[in-house]
Amino acid sequence: MFPLGYQDTDHKPGTPTLELKHVTVAYSAIGSSFAQDVHYALKDVSFKAEIGEQIAIIGPNGAGKSSLLKLITGIIKPESGQILMFGQPPSQHNCIAYVPQRNQIDWSFPVTVEDVVMMGRTRQIGFFRRARPLDKDVVKASLKRVGALELAKKQIGELSGGQQQRVFIARALALETHLLLLDEPLSGLDLPSQEAIFEILASLRQDGVTVLMATHDLNLAAERFDKVLLVNKRIIAFGKPEEVLTTENLLAAYGGKAQNSQMAVSA
Amino acid sequence: MHWLLDPLQFDFIVRALVAAVIVGIVCSVLGTYVVLRGMAFFGDALAHTVLPGIAIAYLIGWPLALGALVFGLLTALGIGVLTEQANLKEDTAIGVIFAGLFALGVALLSTSNNYTVDLAHFLFGNLLGVSKGDLWVIGLLGAIVLATLFLFYKELLVISFDQVLAVTLRLPSRFLRYLLLILIAVTVVTALQVVGIALMLAMFVTPAATASLLTRRLPNMMLVSALIGSFSGVAGLYASYYLNIASGAAVVLVASIIFILVFLFAPGQGFIWRHKNKTINR
Repeated sequence: MFPLGYQDTDHKPGTPTLELKHVTVAYSAIGSSFAQDVHYALKDVSFKAEIGEQIAIIGPNGAGKSSLLKLITGIIKPESGQILMFGQPPSQHNCIAYVPQRNQIDWSFPVTVEDVVMMGRTRQIGFFRRARPLDKDVVKASLKRVGALELAKKQIGELSGGQQQRVFIARALALETHLLLLDEPLSGLDLPSQEAIFEILASLRQDGVTVLMATHDLNLAAERFDKVLLVNKRIIAFGKPEEVLTTENLLAAYGGKAQNSQMAVSA
Repeated sequence: MHWLLDPLQFDFIVRALVAAVIVGIVCSVLGTYVVLRGMAFFGDALAHTVLPGIAIAYLIGWPLALGALVFGLLTALGIGVLTEQANLKEDTAIGVIFAGLFALGVALLSTSNNYTVDLAHFLFGNLLGVSKGDLWVIGLLGAIVLATLFLFYKELLVISFDQVLAVTLRLPSRFLRYLLLILIAVTVVTALQVVGIALMLAMFVTPAATASLLTRRLPNMMLVSALIGSFSGVAGLYASYYLNIASGAAVVLVASIIFILVFLFAPGQGFIWRHKNKTINR
């Protein structure tokens, strides 16, 4: 994305950006206590995300969309199964970027937009060093790319919801991400703000950045993404939007417990 | 100007002033992280758990700071380990250690003949009793704390603002969390003589909280916090000299008054400002 010669672990050629093999996450791993009837936040999840693909993760509330994203970041650990990024464990990569849900950030924190984007450069700058002119240029370029350069000196609490999301995407650009994870970035945004985010995401295709976005919006998932991952504790369906978003699949994911258990029995 | 210079003819007052300024700065700068990360209870607990260390050092005639430092570091690590266990809530775990060790300290001290006087010094500080040796210890430990905060500035900012970012950047989050706890423990040792155990929390929280109402960037918040902390030290000492009140309490009172004034009158964020704007908007 930026020609900087920054060393992430080598990416094995021919390997997908992300591959999950039979990954199971226990409820205890995500700090939930609803352990009585269902023991797993996610069970036996397997899928591949190829370089440059944009994938929507959909499913009802509590289906494990956020857990899946956090699992990929490494902040929660799988109970079993394997996660690979470019053919290696994700812990060897620091090119994952995560854009959190807005309610997970303390917006009164004393940092400016510029400060937040510079945080993405922490690894490239290195311990005991200060930002170089190069890092400042990258921060500027990243902000410019998301159309937020004029916000650089603002405290983050002064931004609108759409601006906040764009600033966090700029941070992802600054850290030279290859895998961008977004958790419900569109909720609460008006249409122009949503459109602005999709324009940025579209521009990431040319850089080969893989995008995974958890969203509630089935229409957007159908229209704007290469693939859709339909989850409810396990993967209900994965593939092109028109293949995944069938009545049968949606009933299986959203139709309540009755349909769910029927599906499980017939499967 | 006589009233400003008069007290300075006494060496012990000059030493007290220097100690109050150093401690005011170190506590308040570290305090910005205590406030931003919601670690106030950690700070209070670490301050109290050094008491048995002080008591043991006192009873066997070792330097008090050494005893406090050893116990402070041990409890910083102990609290770190306990809070990583999922089976106890964090504040419960801290509360258990905090009260237990404080009781041990009181029990040990109660075996000494001079029990009440000594306990009062440890609880509320003994600013006017700062010796040259104490000053060296305070200066050295204070410098170590500030230098560490400076060296790890970027990384501490990241783990305080966004823990998921710290994980995806593969920063050593655990090490940095422990580092902060250890820095709090070391700072507790420097501030023992100035404000004492019982009022230590105020030095961590009050100047930083005041600064958070006045600033919008962390470096500025640290600077303003340090100014308020050191000013409180100096003003508190003068108040103590002229009004004949306990020095540690005077320092904390000055900081508290500044907080109240800022809370009421700060431009933009103050209580009165917001209230006024509300009525105008109506």
